[in-house]
Amino acid sequence: MRLTQGTFSFLPDLTDAQISSQIEYCLQRGWALSVEYTEDPHPRNTYWEMYGIPMFDLKDAAGILREVQLCRKTFPNRYIKVNAFDSTRGVESLRLSFLVARPQEEPGFELLREAGPGRQVRYALRSYATRRPEGHRY
Amino acid sequence: MNSVLKDPVGDDARFNLDAAFRDSHVADVIEKLEAELVGLAPVKTRIRDICSLLLVDTLRRQAGLSTEAPSLHMSFTGNPGTGKTTVALRMAEILHHLGYVRKGHMVAVTRDDLVGQYIGHTAPKTREVLKRAMGGVLFIDEAYYLYRPENERDYGQEAIEILLQEMENHRDDLVVILAGYEDRMDRFFRSNPGMSSRIAHHIAFPDYSSEELMAIAQLMLEQMQYMLSPDARSTLREYIERRQKQPHFANARSVRNALDRARLRQASRLFAKRTASLAKRDLMTIEAEDIRASRVFAEPAPVETQREGELQT
Repeated sequence: MRLTQGTFSFLPDLTDAQISSQIEYCLQRGWALSVEYTEDPHPRNTYWEMYGIPMFDLKDAAGILREVQLCRKTFPNRYIKVNAFDSTRGVESLRLSFLVARPQEEPGFELLREAGPGRQVRYALRSYATRRPEGHRY
Repeated sequence: MNSVLKDPVGDDARFNLDAAFRDSHVADVIEKLEAELVGLAPVKTRIRDICSLLLVDTLRRQAGLSTEAPSLHMSFTGNPGTGKTTVALRMAEILHHLGYVRKGHMVAVTRDDLVGQYIGHTAPKTREVLKRAMGGVLFIDEAYYLYRPENERDYGQEAIEILLQEMENHRDDLVVILAGYEDRMDRFFRSNPGMSSRIAHHIAFPDYSSEELMAIAQLMLEQMQYMLSPDARSTLREYIERRQKQPHFANARSVRNALDRARLRQASRLFAKRTASLAKRDLMTIEAEDIRASRVFAEPAPVETQREGELQT
């Protein structure tokens, strides 16, 4: 099951040239960019691992694209996203976030039903990938 | 430039170098360079050569001919105050106008910014700087400090290796300019032949003649909105000639410092007779006595102890 998260999630995967122009757009706006990766694709998982610190004083997309490529090389089988932060309101607020890499196989999500008191049913979502321990998921 | 639109371009297509030159707005930058930088003939010639090469390359690309991206890494060697940093700034601008670098900013660094303090610290630090410089020009001032032969465990060598690798692999992403004093840079290149061969343009900045220094002083004064009285002009000429013979002469920087000190003396001279009313002209004029008070005129010439003449009074 193809994971759809963040901006452009219903478009086909972006090419490097497209990623580069998106980054260029962010830089023009004065946003800082960061690269993050994860093994836990749950939609509520907002805490992805940072690949290096956010890049604040870059002028050109090449530097960030290179960081993306390095991250892909280091973690060939993870989800990787690029985030753009806007500091104009005094805090670094997320303005744009899109996936730039995904694992080869995405097993999808399982719907869990838990019987509560009475006839109440609680639903939960769980990725099949997270059944295995970290580092062995994809 | 209509011929460009035809595809494929025939052998008889005509190209207009002059139009390309006008389109690139390089002329403005070169003009500015001519106006703001006195002398430096070899430097300007080389810059013009590079401009022509890049322009011709642009046309070649339009004609569908192969264009190997030229390696534009440079080394600027010259004595202190000969305008290396200023030219590097202009260079970034020119390369940007010619479309060789995408952003045209300049990141100026020294050894401290590249070399780390412990094992494994240097590589990320250097990469960080390189990332910042991408799309522009990386200016490494006093580059010879990167290499410290007396300490074989110095991390500078690691920074040099990463630089070399990046200069080769990301040639279209950034231009590296190394700068430093001539003799030490020569030694640096001798001990790092790999670095020397990857730098296509070795540009030597000559010292200024006293005529050129006078012209520089004139430009500086115009910028600061001061002027010299006729007496002061001849005194300044004498000052420059004397100063040139003394050790630690730093060319344009020495002139700037001399002018700054003359401004100080002018201010205290005006302040000493503060009851008199002053005309605008008085506020602008530097008199001969303001320059004459310099230690350079003291006989015999005092023993120099300061570095680069920065503290000369």
